[in-house]
Amino acid sequence: MGDFLEIAGKKINNRLFIGTGKFSSYPIMKVALEESGVDITTVALRRVNTGSKTENILDYIPSACKIMINTSGARDAEEAVRIARLAKAAQSGNWIKIEVIRDNKYLLPDNLETLKAVELLVKEGFVVFPYMSPDLSMARRMVEAGAAAIMPLGSPIGSNRGVKTRELIEILVNEIKLPVIVDAGLGKPSEACECMELGCAAVLVNTAIAISENPIKMAKAFAQAVYAGRVAYLSGIPATSKIANASSPLTGFLREDKT
Amino acid sequence: MLIKINGKAEEIKTGLSLVGLISFKGLCAEKLVIEHNLRIIPKEEWQGVVLQENDSVEILSFVGGG
Repeated sequence: MGDFLEIAGKKINNRLFIGTGKFSSYPIMKVALEESGVDITTVALRRVNTGSKTENILDYIPSACKIMINTSGARDAEEAVRIARLAKAAQSGNWIKIEVIRDNKYLLPDNLETLKAVELLVKEGFVVFPYMSPDLSMARRMVEAGAAAIMPLGSPIGSNRGVKTRELIEILVNEIKLPVIVDAGLGKPSEACECMELGCAAVLVNTAIAISENPIKMAKAFAQAVYAGRVAYLSGIPATSKIANASSPLTGFLREDKT
Repeated sequence: MLIKINGKAEEIKTGLSLVGLISFKGLCAEKLVIEHNLRIIPKEEWQGVVLQENDSVEILSFVGGG
């Protein structure tokens, strides 16, 4: 229908992004990515285990998928920048999801350090996607710093609790001119659909797909829900009302009118 | 001689280059990234970097993540 998201010159048809963590095997992950037709996927950078041979995850990412590297493990802006530079050196492109987390219980992002990392990495030519708590003032600062999109959380990472930040996400969608991509916490396709109905540009889902009983079918279910939500948003969702509004005519009833 | 690899002290033979280290560790060079004493070393320079006592080397690769 000619509706696509464009970021840094890349046309993105599928507004479901899928993260690659927690899949039971790389081959299953590969089929899930292929069959859901995703355009964007995320990976992380870690020390190799020099004691054992491990497979290269990049061999299992479909060639049509654009890879976004996350800076998970970073506890401040400096570490996020270091990870981003290392990722670039590994020739995996310049799309970076900034993830700066100091809190191990809720894995909530440190917005201030995230902003510092965005400022530094944009200057180095990276296409930067900050994962952030949905705060309007901070989102505006991310825009000023040159972020490519903003990635507010729906609920804590891997919690499968849905869009607990709904009201704040709505404010961001209304006020921020950049794409709003809900990242983290979405547990069901209906919740991904809800984000798209609100006018979000895309969603990023990992855990809910990867740890489901059938990740391949679940990835497809999420893709369909995201598409449905997007089409609904573009179709103009009608306003709600506290009282009924009959959908059948209120005239011509088979009864005598009592006057 | 002793160097640090991914934060752990390890004994290696002297005169080893980064290429030599990767092969000694049985790793596949493709899509690896190496930081030598906090400096990222482009792959084409791996052969020219000869490890010295007390050097610190980080060898990283991509893994699944959201």
